[in-house]
Amino acid sequence: MTFFFEVLVNGLMTGIMYSLVGLGFALIFKASDVFNMAQGAMSLFASLALYGFLEQYMHLPLWLALLCTVAVMTIWAYAIVFVVLKPLVNRPPLMLFMATFGVTYLMEGIGQSIYGTQAKGLNLGIPDNTYEVAGIFISSFDLFFTAVAAVLVVGLVWFFQKTRNGRALRAVSDDHEAALCVGIPLLKAWTITWIVAGVVATVAGVAWGTRLGVQYSLSFIALKALPVLIIGGIDSITGVIIAGLIVGAGENLGEVFIGPYVGGGIQTFFPYLLALLVLYFKPYGLFGKEIIERV
Amino acid sequence: MGRKLMYTFFALVLTLSLVAFTGQAQAAKEKKKEGPTQFVGILAYRTGPFAAGGSGFSSGMEDYMELINMEGGINGVKYVFEECETAYNTARGVECYNRFKDKMIFVHPLSTGITYALIPKATKDHIVVISSGYGRADASDGRVFPWVFPLPTNYWSQNTAKIKWIAKQEGWDGKDMSTIGKYLKGLKIANLHIDVPYGQETKPILNAMAKKFGFKVRHFPVPWPGIDQKAQWMDIVRRFKADWVINRNWGVSCTVPLKEAARLGFPRNRILGVWWCGSEEDVLPAGPAAKGYYSTNWHGVGRNFPVIQRIIDKVYGKMKGHISFTRVGSVYYNRGVYAGIINTEAIRTAQKKFGNRPLTGDEFRWAMEHLNITAERIKELGAEGFMQPLKFSCADHEGGGKVFFQQWDGQKWVMTGETMEPMKDFVRKMIEKSAEKYAKEQGIKIRDCSKVD
Amino acid sequence: MFYRECGNFKDSYASDMAIFPIPLDRWGFTVMLFLAFVVIPLFASEYLITNIIIPFYCFALSAFGLNILAGYAGQISIGHAAFMAVGAYSSFILYGRYGIPLIPSILGAGVVTAAVGTFFGLPSLRIKGFYLAIATLASQFIIEWVIVHVEWISGGVFGTIQAPEMYIFGWPINTAVRKYFLALCMMVVFMTFGKNLVRGQMGRNWMAIRDIDYAAEIIGVNLYRDKLIAFAVSTFYAGIAGALLCFCYVGAANIEEFNVMTSFALMGMIIIGGLGTVLGSFFGAGFFVTLPILINHSLAAFMDVVPSDILSNIEAIIFGGLIVLFLIVEPYGMARLWHTIKDKLRLWPFPY
Repeated sequence: MTFFFEVLVNGLMTGIMYSLVGLGFALIFKASDVFNMAQGAMSLFASLALYGFLEQYMHLPLWLALLCTVAVMTIWAYAIVFVVLKPLVNRPPLMLFMATFGVTYLMEGIGQSIYGTQAKGLNLGIPDNTYEVAGIFISSFDLFFTAVAAVLVVGLVWFFQKTRNGRALRAVSDDHEAALCVGIPLLKAWTITWIVAGVVATVAGVAWGTRLGVQYSLSFIALKALPVLIIGGIDSITGVIIAGLIVGAGENLGEVFIGPYVGGGIQTFFPYLLALLVLYFKPYGLFGKEIIERV
Repeated sequence: MGRKLMYTFFALVLTLSLVAFTGQAQAAKEKKKEGPTQFVGILAYRTGPFAAGGSGFSSGMEDYMELINMEGGINGVKYVFEECETAYNTARGVECYNRFKDKMIFVHPLSTGITYALIPKATKDHIVVISSGYGRADASDGRVFPWVFPLPTNYWSQNTAKIKWIAKQEGWDGKDMSTIGKYLKGLKIANLHIDVPYGQETKPILNAMAKKFGFKVRHFPVPWPGIDQKAQWMDIVRRFKADWVINRNWGVSCTVPLKEAARLGFPRNRILGVWWCGSEEDVLPAGPAAKGYYSTNWHGVGRNFPVIQRIIDKVYGKMKGHISFTRVGSVYYNRGVYAGIINTEAIRTAQKKFGNRPLTGDEFRWAMEHLNITAERIKELGAEGFMQPLKFSCADHEGGGKVFFQQWDGQKWVMTGETMEPMKDFVRKMIEKSAEKYAKEQGIKIRDCSKVD
Repeated sequence: MFYRECGNFKDSYASDMAIFPIPLDRWGFTVMLFLAFVVIPLFASEYLITNIIIPFYCFALSAFGLNILAGYAGQISIGHAAFMAVGAYSSFILYGRYGIPLIPSILGAGVVTAAVGTFFGLPSLRIKGFYLAIATLASQFIIEWVIVHVEWISGGVFGTIQAPEMYIFGWPINTAVRKYFLALCMMVVFMTFGKNLVRGQMGRNWMAIRDIDYAAEIIGVNLYRDKLIAFAVSTFYAGIAGALLCFCYVGAANIEEFNVMTSFALMGMIIIGGLGTVLGSFFGAGFFVTLPILINHSLAAFMDVVPSDILSNIEAIIFGGLIVLFLIVEPYGMARLWHTIKDKLRLWPFPY
């Protein structure tokens, strides 16, 4: 039984890591109806840039390096919004989805040209010790990022509920045209969204980059976040967190307790089965906005 | 509309200029160097998730060829090489192969998928496939696969050597095969493998050995791309309570186990990696968690070999290197140098019989089957300790078979100095069985090796 | 001026309903067929035929299949590469293991894939949009897993099936040109079939579903049946294309080749090419199949100047940049761009 709880707890913490990636998707989808395929690449680029500032090209202190990374992601946000999205305003979501697919290639190519292709270790001094609580081993590293995710979510919720810019973003996500009518600059709102998404991508990139090392495979974490998104509802921040927990726990429990009977390795599609199950009852995810639209 | 037209025009110009460049590229290729040359086509992958392996290997091979060219070529025949990016994608790999196939005489496919696709094609085109340490293990049977050389050792040999090595760590003396079972009995070995055909390849040999020697093996598949392995590791450490873990992954999924093991307090010196999980790029991201980790290999690591020094002096001294200097001497780089040595020695062997001129695929294949790299020759090459003596024959396309072991000391890979002979008879039997099955399926006539010169 | 629509007198319903109502288009089409059937096999180099044109045909077929699903019926699937894998493996099993003749095995592979595809299309009855798109990724991962884990399919742990020698009525298909004709004939037959399918009642039903699904239901379209038929037809095409790709080009079926990136690329083909058009499937396949190779070829000229590590990445940058550029130029795909050019040509050189 202890083993079951250990898997469960660790699964939940893995789920938080998925949520970190999923958050970026949800933010952008909420504000601009863009399903951003480049989210994984953004995390990759952010962690590459951080490594560059921290060790490869400059030796900045951590806080400054993080700041510079956010600055780089801001430049990307501006570039994406003004070069790619601006000409595509009001186009079907599928085209925008495809455009971000092109951005993925760009980001991966540029990132790897500047910072090289080999895997790099990113060590930020986040402690990775294990503590035993009631027979369950918990890693301080996971706890740290659980806390970071919590802070991030609280921050985002505060941003969307309380700040002027956040309210503007919510207005834009509800209705572009109405928002324009009351004088909210669309492009500015989008730029802010992409910057926020860049920050989230940086956090996800740091979290996964310290675990896996900074390398190309970081862009695959986006794949892990997809079932999280549809379980939670693509445009819901709370949904992403809760769905992340469901997916993390589900896939780990599934792999450990169901896997051995069918040959193992079911981790990749098990979350999708969970998602299908959820979607059968709630076609727009647990917390998604229920709208009738065609895509 | 005007803006749109402008864009269209811009796109057209871009596309056309691409085409024009293509023409130029062709023209550049025609540019001949004086003297006889031997063309080498390189299937590289410098982008994508496995770029570390691809860039190291192909750069190592290129640097060695550059070195040979600087030293006057092989009896006057100089290398000309060209690279083609496969991005680790089978279809792209086949395209690259077709691009070079009229000119090249051997190919290093450098990916399991591409190897599988190329085996029938290369056999038809008379091009030697050298799959160093990857691809089909049963291709070691030269009777069925005359054109494939999985040198110097294959996955199945590697795994028997691994088991022997594990037994040795458990107290076995390393020589007497009749007592090995005593030390292996009851051991629990977890085979953590990536869940693609490459990862699955060693399951049968491990099962067969488990049956023979009485240890317990369980396979833990890691779904591609393997960035999260918590579930597998909790299973391995807490429920299965493994004594040893075989880390059979590729790319990022090699690194994750080290971190997970550290988290769960599993000793890293009881994890033994496949040789594709034994490079600097695999352990550096894990940081201190990787210290003590063992992996297999088939060649030396580091720069302390005369051959690597020669490359540093001559090639990098003239700024002709193909990779950033810091990576010279790393595992994948040395692997490329190793491949370069094999190619060059085979060409030398062929030149002794056919004369000092560019070779054909058939001649190269003959040379590969008669290649004999003795210990003295290795010394001459400046590769003592870098490689094992190799001797090929019509039936044995593996050549050596010995497996090296190395340990990560937190800074660099250290060769433990041990080498393990695989359980040759055991492996050979399985290889022949598997190859014969393949021959039957594909309708290949098995060569009679006693009749081949 | 160059593109004339006049002189075209329709005096029957049949001529009004023709695929190419304009004589100039008919001529153009005939020329294309002539090129494909005569000029290319006679004059193109073997390299060009095997590496560019055969994969181009196969991917065009597959992209058209996806276009039926996404472009006509409005159901997005990003697990389509897995269906190609199903086609590839099942055709190899039918042909190599059970000895069924080549053409029936390829068709059989299509049928098997269609069955699998219909099963994975079931979620579309309940969900739509990006939710459906991501749900279809489930098919990608489940099929990959099944192919790797069920030993019967791959015939052992090597997980790869090699193509047996191909014969049609005892006639060996072993040269590039013969393989080319096999791929071409299959492509032309199924494209024609598909084009007529989407022009007919079924296609109209699909478009109704795509445009407004509840309205379609009101005018009497059976939503569930037609969505599932769309999945079946679409995956049938994917299966055929996968089988052809492996028989005529790669020569081995390997699951790693049909991974999720290929699925995304297929999606990209139809979007860049043009959703809901036959022509777009060709344009898109051309973009995604030939462009990387072309870029790679042209960058080879810089091999001595630029470090190869960077060169390979520049390839990705150019490709990504072109995707973005084409979308900005014409968000509705290259097929629409073609229409714009035709419109211009009609009035050139005196536009009003």
